[in-house]
Amino acid sequence: MSDYAIKIENLGKKYIIGHQRQNGYKTFRDVLVEKAKGAVDLLLHPFSGGAGAPGAPGADESEEFWALNGVNLEIKAGERIGIIGRNGAGKSTLLKILSRITDPSAGDIWINGRVASLLEVGTGFHPELTGRENIYLNGAILGMGREEIKRKFDEIVAFSEVEKFLDTPVKRYSSGMYVRLAFSVAAHLEPEILVVDEVLAVGDAAFQKKCLGKMEEVGKEGRTILFVSHNMAAISMLCERGVYLKNGEISCYDNIEKAISCYLSQKPNDQPGMNSLIGHPNREKGLKPYLSGFEMVGNARSLENGKPFSMKIYYNFDTKIVSPYFYIIFTNTLGTRAFTLDSVNQNNNIPQVLEGRGEIICNVESMPLLPGNYYISLKLWIQGQKLDDVENVFSFDVEFAADKNDNSCKWNSSSGMIYVDADWTLGNGGGLSV
Amino acid sequence: MKGDMGNGEIKNIKYTLHISPGKVEINYFKDLWRYRELFLFLAWRDVLVRYKQTVIGVLWSVLRPLITMIVFTIVFSKLANLNSNGAPYGIMVFAGTLPWQFFSNSLSDSGNSLIANSHLISKVYFPRVIIPASSVIVSFIDFLIAFLIMLAIMVLWYSFIPPASIVLIIPFLALAFFSSLGLGFLLSALTVKYRDFRYIVPFIVQFGLYISPVGFMSSIVPEKWRLLYSLNPIVGVIDGFRWAILGDVSQPLWWPGVAVSAVVSALLFVIGFGYFRNTEKAFADVI
Repeated sequence: MSDYAIKIENLGKKYIIGHQRQNGYKTFRDVLVEKAKGAVDLLLHPFSGGAGAPGAPGADESEEFWALNGVNLEIKAGERIGIIGRNGAGKSTLLKILSRITDPSAGDIWINGRVASLLEVGTGFHPELTGRENIYLNGAILGMGREEIKRKFDEIVAFSEVEKFLDTPVKRYSSGMYVRLAFSVAAHLEPEILVVDEVLAVGDAAFQKKCLGKMEEVGKEGRTILFVSHNMAAISMLCERGVYLKNGEISCYDNIEKAISCYLSQKPNDQPGMNSLIGHPNREKGLKPYLSGFEMVGNARSLENGKPFSMKIYYNFDTKIVSPYFYIIFTNTLGTRAFTLDSVNQNNNIPQVLEGRGEIICNVESMPLLPGNYYISLKLWIQGQKLDDVENVFSFDVEFAADKNDNSCKWNSSSGMIYVDADWTLGNGGGLSV
Repeated sequence: MKGDMGNGEIKNIKYTLHISPGKVEINYFKDLWRYRELFLFLAWRDVLVRYKQTVIGVLWSVLRPLITMIVFTIVFSKLANLNSNGAPYGIMVFAGTLPWQFFSNSLSDSGNSLIANSHLISKVYFPRVIIPASSVIVSFIDFLIAFLIMLAIMVLWYSFIPPASIVLIIPFLALAFFSSLGLGFLLSALTVKYRDFRYIVPFIVQFGLYISPVGFMSSIVPEKWRLLYSLNPIVGVIDGFRWAILGDVSQPLWWPGVAVSAVVSALLFVIGFGYFRNTEKAFADVI
């Protein structure tokens, strides 16, 4: 059978990570010096393996890293595939290889059909150009011809809702307008295969919905879609099948519900429980890792609305810290703060002075958030001074408890973030209820 | 070649693409054709953006060669007392300045072009040669505008009637174009990997102005060094321009020099394009 859209065999992508250099760029001098060293080595020790051998000095400090390894995948034409996995699992690398931005290091891929990839909203937008000019430019960059853009121009403009500002340079646009225009161009591509990276995490909720609707429409037209997202709700709505990537390998390829539950039940990192925050990329620059770890007790990635949960913050103080403030901040996927937990202004029995290693436990009686995907950030302050600040240390999903589930479809991101229980009855004053 | 077996069974389906490490793409030129409009779009973008928020706009593309020309005429003709064998010195400098400016703008713009567009390279696929090539196209458009306006100035100032032989600048323009492209490919690809070239290119451009016969006739170079001198492809271009615009009045065209320049520019093009094609696939990882 050859009705596949994409066939991937044994795909691998290797990166060389250099540890010696501080700036990532190789300078011409480095190369000259290496070559010269190599030549000298060769002259002095002509029989010992010579210059380019991997064991030669200078080479031992770089390390191979396989971002993807042994990936096999066959995607049928017209299928909509969600790709999920933690940051660094290789999702974006896979999309980059499929879009031919970067070359694989091993394996083969066969693709049937024109691929359009949308790895970023507004690639190639130029701030000095007007909306109209950018539509043409962006369209051409994404692979549309001039005629094709002309034909779809009105449709694109209508979808983006920025008619009034078409002749304004996009540098004067609000970020929302910018994103809307950019997505509109991309949404009107007509490839057989559409590759989309986390691009829907932008724009307001209403526009996000519109985009999802558009993508669904595209999917119904029989296009093949590959969609990477951390938004499980969007993925499960849009895709039929899911690929769960873990450390560069496919850990699960099944229907979307199974893939998601496979992903959500996975333990973060490989040590159970704690997420180490040492060397965390999201730590504010210049701050020491006083906060060394975070744990959602029970290691849950999926919490139920209205149910209790608890968290642990691991600390490592090299000096005496007097009256530390621990903050746990909950944000949604757009970065909007839902609520903050505060160790000083809330009920606590943490000692005044802390030193060395330890853990702080925070118990919450009831999860107030509505179903959706949320992030946790941590901060540590002492009197007027910030000691540590790490964003998005943990992500989790909230679901309705099973007994409330029958109504869950009535709630979505436009309802807000907090669930407040209420009773509704008819008052005495009137009504024609009988 | 293990991939080709799999390719056989699906050969009849159009658009089938086979990706595998280090594979030389047979589709490359097909892709180049498919993306032909992107050349113009990128060039159009750069032209539009270039003179945004400037007061005199496109006049800059004339003002720069005009001022260079005036300064060179004064320095070389009046102060250094070089002669132009009877041709108006200003016109002779004009015929040297414009092609030089085209070449040097091409080099500096295309050398930096890949880095300036790194956001495109890491996010979308298209044949990468489009980026430096469209920089050369932009410089070429600048050249055309400047050429027409400068020609008008020459006609008014020197009452100079351009001869019919002026159309002969076209092959020399092609020569300049190919050397610019070749060096542009080479320098832009090298800059991606070795940022040193960001400093080397301005140096080449600055230095080149003095070793190329922009402000003087190449005939002042001693006979035995002429051939060596012609290794600089711009020497052939400028000599050709002067010959086409001024005829044999100032200096008859020295064909061996032109031939050497042509060979060098063809070589530059082949080497530049070859190096670019070889390193292109790694751009997104390195940039």
